[in-house]
Amino acid sequence: MVAEATHTPASPKSIAIAVPDGVKLPIFMDNHSTTAVDLRVVQAMLPFFTQHYGNAASRNHSFGWTAEAAVEHARAQIAALLGGDAKEIVWTSGATEANNLAIKGAASFLRRQGNHIITVETEHKSVLDTCKRLQREGFEVTYLTPAKDGLVTPEQVTAAMTDKTILVTIMLANNEIGVVQPIEAIGAAVKAKNPRTLFHTDAVQGFGKVPFDVEKARVDLASVTAHKLYGPKGIGALWVRRKPRVRIDPLIDGGGHERGMRSGTLPVPMIVGFGKAAELAREEMASEAARLNALRDRLYKGLTARLTETYVNGSLEHRLPGNLNISFAFVEGESLLMALKDVAVSSGSACTSASLEPSYVLRALGVGDELAHTSIRFGIGRFNTEAEIDYVIELVVSAVERLRQLSPLWEMHQEGIDINSIQWTPH
Amino acid sequence: MAYSDKVIDHYENPRNVGTFKAQSDVDASEVGTGLVGAPACGDVMRLEIRVKDGLIADAKFKTFGCGSAIASSSLATEMIKGMTLDQAAQIKNTHIVQELNLPPVKIHCSVLAEDAIKAAIEDYKKKQAPRVAAGSAGTAAAKPQDA
Repeated sequence: MVAEATHTPASPKSIAIAVPDGVKLPIFMDNHSTTAVDLRVVQAMLPFFTQHYGNAASRNHSFGWTAEAAVEHARAQIAALLGGDAKEIVWTSGATEANNLAIKGAASFLRRQGNHIITVETEHKSVLDTCKRLQREGFEVTYLTPAKDGLVTPEQVTAAMTDKTILVTIMLANNEIGVVQPIEAIGAAVKAKNPRTLFHTDAVQGFGKVPFDVEKARVDLASVTAHKLYGPKGIGALWVRRKPRVRIDPLIDGGGHERGMRSGTLPVPMIVGFGKAAELAREEMASEAARLNALRDRLYKGLTARLTETYVNGSLEHRLPGNLNISFAFVEGESLLMALKDVAVSSGSACTSASLEPSYVLRALGVGDELAHTSIRFGIGRFNTEAEIDYVIELVVSAVERLRQLSPLWEMHQEGIDINSIQWTPH
Repeated sequence: MAYSDKVIDHYENPRNVGTFKAQSDVDASEVGTGLVGAPACGDVMRLEIRVKDGLIADAKFKTFGCGSAIASSSLATEMIKGMTLDQAAQIKNTHIVQELNLPPVKIHCSVLAEDAIKAAIEDYKKKQAPRVAAGSAGTAAAKPQDA
């Protein structure tokens, strides 16, 4: 057999990094996808499975009254974090339904007023695909392109408004790159131009993480969900303004629950959990944000101090605590995820999806496909520790160095060859 | 997505990583290089063959791509060593798919590896064309060095 000659400074074989005391594998660092339910939330939910299991719509017995009281308490807990009134909360199955209800419900109700909707290219698919469906039904949609830092400006939004614009929908914080939009300035600008144009925000990622108030942002509709906030999956809400009254058509007809906007028996234990999660977030947001920002900076500095050719995607300044979306040039994202098999993170690489196209969010920012393929999203959350961050830094640095030895592009870069000068054969 | 044990093995212990450019004992005329794929598509493979007496005496690769792309090119270098150019040109991507148990979404990785082999052979043959008339000098047999 011919020997395995490498002729590179170090071995391309993977090497094990010692797991420090106090770090348990696997590590969950994908807190934008979902979060663990806080034990305090679980405790609050438990009695509502086996003791207080009444239907909140039952008006004739104590089981129903207890359930209804719990639901109303949860509404107040959400409203305390969101601003506005408890009566303005409409429970949904999650954020996808809330976004569908807000956009389709508003479009349907306001059809006679106009047919134009404004949104942004980097919105969540539950907004973009809903808008695409409405386009097929005759609505016109403007998709704003954000700047390189991921942000849109109020002027961009108002410049796109016409007398036919019935709805502007712009997310509070992005799920991939974590950038936080200037939602208050956008709300003020939209309302100044046309008070009748509704303003919706998909607040899912920012809710309970960064200060957000429906009154200050002048939104009419806001989508939120529990499972990004250490609450249970399967429960979300759409906040619908009452003063002045915002009317939308329901997607689900039935018993007329939730002021007729969303029929269906309420999942009381989930609602109780959502309320508790919101209460905890309100009490702990400031201290938690400071802690997560410190962990994020530790991760960022730890990686960039030891690796060259790294690029942060999106504004570092206007960003969710705990989010780091970074490209490691010349190392394909999925191959890096493979090296990080005991750490749950995600990649904007095409190879992680069925589509074979890299992240549409990074594309909208003007990040080249070759860099988009090398991006990793770290989502640091409530239960991550400093020891975990330090371990992840070691792991990533070692994996990137190893994969760069394997990368012909890294070799060309080291030799001063411009990758863009080569005639590639796209496939 | 779950990877097969063979993909994981090639990913963690890739065979024949490197380039002959770094080896002073290798005459550039013995080497054929295939560079396929594109950075914008998320995978680039560079496969080099060293040909002696009509046989592929050695092969090297470097790959930018997912684990399956790395494994496909690593396996390709193993497969072609000792083959004639004609034998190597017969290798089909389906051999690689089978050997590595690649799922449908990763079949393009095996196609790229097949392309890389063919491109390396073509490059080698192109280099030989003008040399045939001049007569091959032949270099002293030198086994690649262990790193």
